[in-house]
Amino acid sequence: MKTGIVVFPGTWSDRDCAHAVGEVLGQPARYVDHRETRLDDLDLVILPGGFSYGDYLRCGAIARFAPVMEAVTDFANRGGLVLGICNGFQILQEARLLPGALLRNASCEFRCEWVHLRVEQSESAFTLDCRPGQVLRIPISHGEGNFFADPPTLDAIERNGQVVFRYCAPDGRVTAESNPNGSLRNIAGIANARGNVVGMMPHPERACEDLLGGSDGLAVFRSAIHALARVAA
Amino acid sequence: MTFRAEVFVTLKAVVNDPAGLTIKGGLHALGFDSVSDVRAGKYLVVTLEGDDEAQARARVEEMTRQLLANAVIEDYRIELQPIAEPVAAVSPSPSGAGPVGGLLA
Repeated sequence: MKTGIVVFPGTWSDRDCAHAVGEVLGQPARYVDHRETRLDDLDLVILPGGFSYGDYLRCGAIARFAPVMEAVTDFANRGGLVLGICNGFQILQEARLLPGALLRNASCEFRCEWVHLRVEQSESAFTLDCRPGQVLRIPISHGEGNFFADPPTLDAIERNGQVVFRYCAPDGRVTAESNPNGSLRNIAGIANARGNVVGMMPHPERACEDLLGGSDGLAVFRSAIHALARVAA
Repeated sequence: MTFRAEVFVTLKAVVNDPAGLTIKGGLHALGFDSVSDVRAGKYLVVTLEGDDEAQARARVEEMTRQLLANAVIEDYRIELQPIAEPVAAVSPSPSGAGPVGGLLA
């Protein structure tokens, strides 16, 4: 799985992603500069977390017009695997590759903590290795992760099975207390209709080694490897 | 002609506004009990060239639609006025250009 990790000015999780994919999983990975326009050599494109362009105007609003994003859009439309993490999720929404928007946390606080996620959709490219209902423990680190979509959009993504992760209690119950940011219906991650593009606020790349407190995030990257093997078969 | 456009970007009524709620709480703490609602938004001033007001307005509409506001969560209002041409030569501003792109968040 040849992985490209996009680096915008202000991206901060690119090296964590490269470590998880390259070092922990032993897959070839390279950084993709925000000015690049060709992604033909890649199987997976990751838009990592951070504060692209200082998060000025809105999170992801300026990054969405970086030269590389046209290539990312083409790549996604051709069925390439795209994972947006945190700021990357915000960028994918601004680029309209994923529905909805991410508002300021209901608490108005930056939240940096471990959360539990219930896998709602185990057929997306990034959850193939998970069982439906499986609970993953993965950290969040954001000030604007409050998922919003208007009611028709919300109903549509629920109906289509595009809700991939929900914040939950350790036992998998979806509760108000387990929602760290006020996201509608506890939504932590969603997919496009085709399932090849996923955005999530939690950081799976920071949960790939027990040394760092947990390795549940590996399932996200391993799923992508298996999704590619499935396409190739 | 040079125009000065003021763009007011606000969250749609159906979108929760944690910042506005927090500010309202602050006003209540100060004793402004009459305040029933606060909505926080963005105010941008864009200076641009255009052949006439209609063209300039169309340009600001387009840039607001594409970038300045996110239609998923935000509404906007634009006010546009021509800037009078200077009669005589004016001295250059002390520090050159203003904020990049004229954006004031």
